[in-house]
Amino acid sequence: MSTRSLTTAARAGAPIFAALGDETRLRIVAKLSGAGALSIARLTDGEDITRQAITKHLAVLADAGLVRDVWHGRERRWQLELAPLATARTYLDLVSERWDGALARLAALVETDD
Amino acid sequence: MIPGTTAVTPDTITKQVTIQAPPSRVWRALTTRAEFATWFGMELDADFEVGKATRGTVTYQGKPITMPLYVERMDAESVFAFRWHPFAVEPGVDYEAEPTTLVEIKLEPAGRGTRLTVIESGFERIPEHRRARAFAMNSQGWAIQVENIARHVDA
Repeated sequence: MSTRSLTTAARAGAPIFAALGDETRLRIVAKLSGAGALSIARLTDGEDITRQAITKHLAVLADAGLVRDVWHGRERRWQLELAPLATARTYLDLVSERWDGALARLAALVETDD
Repeated sequence: MIPGTTAVTPDTITKQVTIQAPPSRVWRALTTRAEFATWFGMELDADFEVGKATRGTVTYQGKPITMPLYVERMDAESVFAFRWHPFAVEPGVDYEAEPTTLVEIKLEPAGRGTRLTVIESGFERIPEHRRARAFAMNSQGWAIQVENIARHVDA
């Protein structure tokens, strides 16, 4: 990556990290992934949090481009925006990195024997 | 370890490395319960046995997650193959009803060491929501995600 693109990357990445640097927001993201679109009522379900607080967190996530709202009739729901980015290829990158870690541990285990 | 090659297709990941220990030693690390736990990070409730399922437990963010692991093949010092649920990170999910991937680990002598090949296949059957969830739950995933965004914005 060139210097210019690194800067661009940092600019693109910073709000995302900021948005995710919060336990509640991370939980919202986890809840939305695999669930499709959820209403604020559904998002507050089982959480010790007010609707107002959830709404605020959703606004931060929306600013970072991680979620967006969709209307189902008169109900406003929220859905994850990163789903299109989590393509087959990126998922496999993650699995691939896990194997790198596992194989390094395997080698460390058997290569330290006398 | 001498790092080797990685090949990725939409369905399969293939990795090859060379380990500086004989196949007999690597085989023991692959197939004994205690050693498997050390490098793979999964505790097993029974020894590996071909045609049988053992229950594996991983600890993810302090929570135990249990899933079956099905042993398909054990050819001593040569091929170890099992099916499992990659990125099983959600407590309370019944993974038994979900598609598995097949992991084949092949060993070949290479000088005084071992050439090890891992082939994990079947990713095309893993549902999209599991992939997305793996990302949401995994910090490494976010690092990769940001790289992808960088690539994306760079294009």
